Amino acid sequence: MRIDQNFTADLIARAKRKGASAVDVVAVEGDSASVQVRLSAVDKLSKAQEKRLGLRVYFGRRSAGGSTSDFSPPAVDELVATTCALAEAIVEDPDSGLPEPTSLAAVRPDLDLFDSSAVSMDQMIDRATRAERAALEVDARLKNSEGAEFGSFAGRMVFANSHRFYGEFQSSNFSCSVSPIAIENGLMQRDYWYSVGRKVSQLDAPEAIGREAGHRTVRRLGARKVATCRVPIVFDPEMAGSFLGNLCSAVNGYAIYKGASYLIGRLGEKIAADNITIVDDGRIPGGLGSKPFDGEGLPTRKTVVVERGILKSYLLDTYAGRKLKLSSTGNASRSVGEASSAGATNFYLAPGSATPDQIIGSVKRGLYVTELIGFGINLVTGDYSRGAVGFWIENGELAYPVEEITIAGNLKDMWLGVETVGNDLVFRGRVASPTVKIAEMTVGGD
Amino acid sequence: MENEKGAKKEYLEEFGITSREVQAVMGKVKVRDVDYADLYFEHTVAESVSMEESLVKRASKSISQGVGVRATAGEKTGYAYSDEISVRQLEQAADTARYIARSPAGEGQVPAISVGRPSRDLYPVGQPATEVATKEKVSLLQKIDALARAYDPRIKNVMASFSTEYKMVMVANSQGELVGDLQPLSRLQITCIAEEKGQRQVGSYGGGGRAEFGFFFEEGRWEHYTQEAARQAILNLSAGDAPAGPMTVVLGAGWPGILLHEAIGHGLEADFNRKKTSAFSDRVGQRVASELCTIVDDGTLPFRRGSLNVDDEGTPTSRTVLIEGGILRGYITDKLNARLMGIPLTGNGRRESFQCIPMPRMTNTFMLPGQSDPHDIIRSVKHGLYAVSFGGGQVDITNGKFVFSTSEAYLIEDGKVTRPVKGATLIGSGPEILKKVSLVGNDMRLDEGIGTCGKDGQSVPVGVGLPTIKVDEITVGGTEVG
Repeated sequence: MRIDQNFTADLIARAKRKGASAVDVVAVEGDSASVQVRLSAVDKLSKAQEKRLGLRVYFGRRSAGGSTSDFSPPAVDELVATTCALAEAIVEDPDSGLPEPTSLAAVRPDLDLFDSSAVSMDQMIDRATRAERAALEVDARLKNSEGAEFGSFAGRMVFANSHRFYGEFQSSNFSCSVSPIAIENGLMQRDYWYSVGRKVSQLDAPEAIGREAGHRTVRRLGARKVATCRVPIVFDPEMAGSFLGNLCSAVNGYAIYKGASYLIGRLGEKIAADNITIVDDGRIPGGLGSKPFDGEGLPTRKTVVVERGILKSYLLDTYAGRKLKLSSTGNASRSVGEASSAGATNFYLAPGSATPDQIIGSVKRGLYVTELIGFGINLVTGDYSRGAVGFWIENGELAYPVEEITIAGNLKDMWLGVETVGNDLVFRGRVASPTVKIAEMTVGGD
Repeated sequence: MENEKGAKKEYLEEFGITSREVQAVMGKVKVRDVDYADLYFEHTVAESVSMEESLVKRASKSISQGVGVRATAGEKTGYAYSDEISVRQLEQAADTARYIARSPAGEGQVPAISVGRPSRDLYPVGQPATEVATKEKVSLLQKIDALARAYDPRIKNVMASFSTEYKMVMVANSQGELVGDLQPLSRLQITCIAEEKGQRQVGSYGGGGRAEFGFFFEEGRWEHYTQEAARQAILNLSAGDAPAGPMTVVLGAGWPGILLHEAIGHGLEADFNRKKTSAFSDRVGQRVASELCTIVDDGTLPFRRGSLNVDDEGTPTSRTVLIEGGILRGYITDKLNARLMGIPLTGNGRRESFQCIPMPRMTNTFMLPGQSDPHDIIRSVKHGLYAVSFGGGQVDITNGKFVFSTSEAYLIEDGKVTRPVKGATLIGSGPEILKKVSLVGNDMRLDEGIGTCGKDGQSVPVGVGLPTIKVDEITVGGTEVG
């Protein structure tokens, strides 16, 4: 059964006959495939077709959601009946309900999110094999591998609601990654590198991905601990992206209205250094987080979240907006069958002018962070404490690799303490950042 | 479906397929160069109800079903899945799965399907929680809100959710075995936000298991979860900065067992050891912990979140000794890795859903109790950290470095627990950390049933457990440089 405008209109009508005052429908379908190659032999190969239909019903101010992967008429009947029954068991929420009809996206631009080119299993195996081989050729100490992976996804998303909105768009995703292992003196180190894009042609060459993975792995050999101290911290772009991701969670409208963020009540105030401008832009052509309309049918847009250190906007959907007496920023994000939540589209820290080498060169004694592990972030207080891997900086140069250390501080101080923003912004995911230098944090080690 | 006779037939009927059709599809997958093939059928009903701002305002229910077809040939795995359970879809999936072996299409010889049954039921339930009226869940969440707010006026917001699923699975393999299982799973999670003089803090607690809805009303469980979440939020309002650097750490009993999960559990999963990518590779028989440490993985504990009658390859789960008196004894395995490594099959082949390839995964991982009185353990520490509750953890299995983050911790000064400190990440090396365990308490406790373990993008429910232990030195990642 193909999900189209007739199907969604019929589904909405059926829920209304059960007494629903408003309804929305989200459906996704897609084909995915992935291969994993390890030490030049195929390790895993997987292929699938998936589909999922979600229904959200409102009985006045009561609402509930349901979803199914079975599109047969009896299963869809059951979906309508169960979801309506569920809504009637829930209490009234004065702020619930669909967005205003006038706010829905009238124009839905083609954002160039879909690549119809088919990559065969054999081509996928070939690309993964080449990437891994290139990685292992970087250095003789690269003797083992967790493997290389190539994955593809192509699918379609449909959204409709009882305000007569109907929208759909196709999107695709391709990725290639390698995770080699280096061995020296009986000790092992692993790292990885990857490339991801909406189109196959946007991916880096398998050999380039492999070389970077090999380089990143072998440079970790001989890592040691350092003494506990307070020093400047430089995040490489990947880890700066992770740090930016923490801010992204803290400006999420849901965390704000629940009081679960250290940034509640801070709109219009200084929350970061003057060199910080952060943007969420749902309309970047080919962007990994781009979409023509959000999960409630509102137009996506460009929102300046932080401008020269001043908090300008939270990320909001209609519900979080109503809770905060603000308008949606077109950031509704939906899981099939679930209520809307707020989420970033393409969320990035605007680049500065310093090169990464200049930034590292400006540090007499400090830490360059290339990997963070663990979940030691308390968004309510901003307290931050994570395991780190990277390089000790001595007189402006990367001196030696370090591991088994922690970095700790508070997100509030960290953002206010950003000294330099690099010029090396590259979109490798939905959240992207250039290199960032923070004035000082605590390093926990020996 | 609980009756003895006809169990096989009923599972087949539930999935709308006959044993002859299963055998026919199996014949298409298990072509010449395929060593082993299996079909994993799943039907899951899940419901979630949640509350915030005193309003139970969100609820959702989902139904997922599908089938995964797997073929293995040597070290290779081919996998395909579909959310339509039909012979046509199964045959298409079979074509993809057997592609791995590069064998021509054909009809492999497979034995007729015969009944296999879990030899026990670790989690018999009369009425699954998914079938309990939503109104009752709404009412429970409202009581939780009232109790948390009554605990202390500084509690400003309470978020609680009840999530439950009921999973029916059926695994058939190319050796002619077919086994089914019904797997209930519920969890109640509570988060409180406390506020005082402009400072805010958070506390979380919860529990659950493969049990009926009534479980949460027994032994004062929901009240206990609620009060713990509220107590932790209030306590943390007065928490000072955590120390930074190496120090003695006493871990409390129960959930701090996440240490074992991260520090050694993942490193002992057979796939990493077959590929020799784990810091524990080739170390069976070696000392990896102090002689006080005996650690097991046990999937057979009744009603536990990490337990299973059979794993997701149809193998009965078991109790596996990982470390005995400090010596590494073995790995946890699935079928592929047990076969390739020539080691025992432990029933740890698990997957998140029909969309995923099974891998060796933990079930309930814990340390057996020792001799020490927990109070004596604390008294033995001059200056250290007493950590009783944790958030998540993570490990790099290749270099063995792991972290886990405290959510409730105190300083120990001159043998006494003194002031609370803010959350901090603890970091250590898996193969080294347990060698530094110098005291093991007699108070082994399992966690309340909230753990979810992620590996390779797949999440599965797990349990952990620990007696109070003293670790002579671990790096504490606070902000305060001593």
